[in-house]
Amino acid sequence: MALTADPHDMTQTRPAILRMREVDKTFTGNVLALRRMSMEVRQGDFISLLGPSGCGKSTALRLIAGLMRPTIGRIEWDGGASAEDLGVVFQEPTLMPWATVEKNVWLPFRLRGKSFAASRDQIHEALALVGLTGFEARYPRELSGGMKMRVSIARALVTNPRLILMDEPFAALDEITRQKLNDDLLALKAQTNATVIFVTHSVFESVFLSDRILVMAARPGRVIREIAVQERYPRGIDWRTSPDYARIARETSDTLHGALAPGEVH
Amino acid sequence: MAVIERPDRSVPSGPLFDAEEERIARRKRTEAIARWVIPLVVMIAAIVTWDRLVVVNEIPHYVLPRPGLVLETLWTDRAILFPALLVTLRITALALLVAVVGGVGLAILFAQSKFAEMSFSPFAVILQVTPIVSIAPLIFIYIENRLIGLLLCAWIVAFFPVLANTTLGLKSADHNLRDLFSIYRASRWQRLIHLELPSALPYFLGGLKIAGGLALIGAVVAEYVAGSGGLASGLAFRILEAGYRLNIPRMFAALILIAATGVVIYAATSLTAHLALRKWHESALKRE
Repeated sequence: MALTADPHDMTQTRPAILRMREVDKTFTGNVLALRRMSMEVRQGDFISLLGPSGCGKSTALRLIAGLMRPTIGRIEWDGGASAEDLGVVFQEPTLMPWATVEKNVWLPFRLRGKSFAASRDQIHEALALVGLTGFEARYPRELSGGMKMRVSIARALVTNPRLILMDEPFAALDEITRQKLNDDLLALKAQTNATVIFVTHSVFESVFLSDRILVMAARPGRVIREIAVQERYPRGIDWRTSPDYARIARETSDTLHGALAPGEVH
Repeated sequence: MAVIERPDRSVPSGPLFDAEEERIARRKRTEAIARWVIPLVVMIAAIVTWDRLVVVNEIPHYVLPRPGLVLETLWTDRAILFPALLVTLRITALALLVAVVGGVGLAILFAQSKFAEMSFSPFAVILQVTPIVSIAPLIFIYIENRLIGLLLCAWIVAFFPVLANTTLGLKSADHNLRDLFSIYRASRWQRLIHLELPSALPYFLGGLKIAGGLALIGAVVAEYVAGSGGLASGLAFRILEAGYRLNIPRMFAALILIAATGVVIYAATSLTAHLALRKWHESALKRE
């Protein structure tokens, strides 16, 4: 897989796979969870939805996943992609404790009626991608938090989906594990050119990982700015210490905090 | 930058003996042995005390027999007691089987439809909270077949824990996994087989442990109420009969058989639960 994402030269040529058009989501009791959200996801994008709690970033993800429908507006899939062509990683590893690692990764295939034998190669390939070769027959309880999260990522990758949704996947992990997983996610991104929408409340994570950051604000949940991160994949080990990284992180942080109401503490 | 030299710790240099750790290890070993020895010793002591009490106070055997006499009766009356044991066992096992099938079936129905649960769960609760001794006479009026009547009584007592636990278990599946199944467009059937039933298994097995004991109680109580004798009488009827004849040793012998049956059922259901869950569930894990 020699495809390397290059969001700058190819922006216009890469096909859009998903468009959100003016989407509103209102919850019962007139709570406006999301207002006028529009975005276009192109093949190979790594988009971060960044914002404080209550800004509707998880709602946006659930809308895309088809777990709820927009109150108004539309979500359109393009280029043969569909909501069935998704990989999802939640904040918790969300594994089935009664199944081994490989049986957990098998799940998306199993639900499509594909036998384990026919899926085995892809399962082992996905596990190799997340560095879990040799752990196929283990049960989730035998793994550390970071390893469980890797299994969860392997399960999202295994069907080679058009789009992977990640809902604050590393928020519950310790700092060291989180940084390692961020590094590995970047490597994965370079290897597979996966298209990812990544929900986070960490400025640094969003700048480190993504090429587009949608900064969101709460009450009502909305996108206030899009920030492009013009650093190519694969991003090297020095990306985290580069001046560009620091500058964009500063800019993103200012945007985020400028959007908070005076006196509001997050 | 000053680098502080640290002694190489890869080769043990200090004493490889920690008094506290050794004490803890020793206590664990002692406890492992005591777990078996203490109950056994206390049980034997209780039986010996029973025997001595009877001998010293010269209690006649038709009031309280010596343990030895009970054992002897267990052997001499085996032609009466063991067929009775088989009858009770059969009713208990059948009732447990029907309780499992009915309880799990109903729980699955409840999990599929909230309206079914709203409609039928009051009946289940009423059946459960009404003492079986007060329902049983009615059952034996309406149901001619004695075996079916007994089964029904034992089932009423045994099925509720299976139903309640399995219903709770089916509902306790991880909500993120439920979302994941929705995203992958899993059918209702796939959701049941691959998500809800495995999630419910530990709960079901907990219910099974309770139901096993209750099935035996239900079978015995129903037999007391049914009362009639004949060839197919179980242990409960033999106890009643022996009571009328003041054959106290036989009452004790039958009691021992019932108690032993209960213990065996409990051990069997516990073992089943352990074997089914030992690989993955918290309840079956050993802490290191």
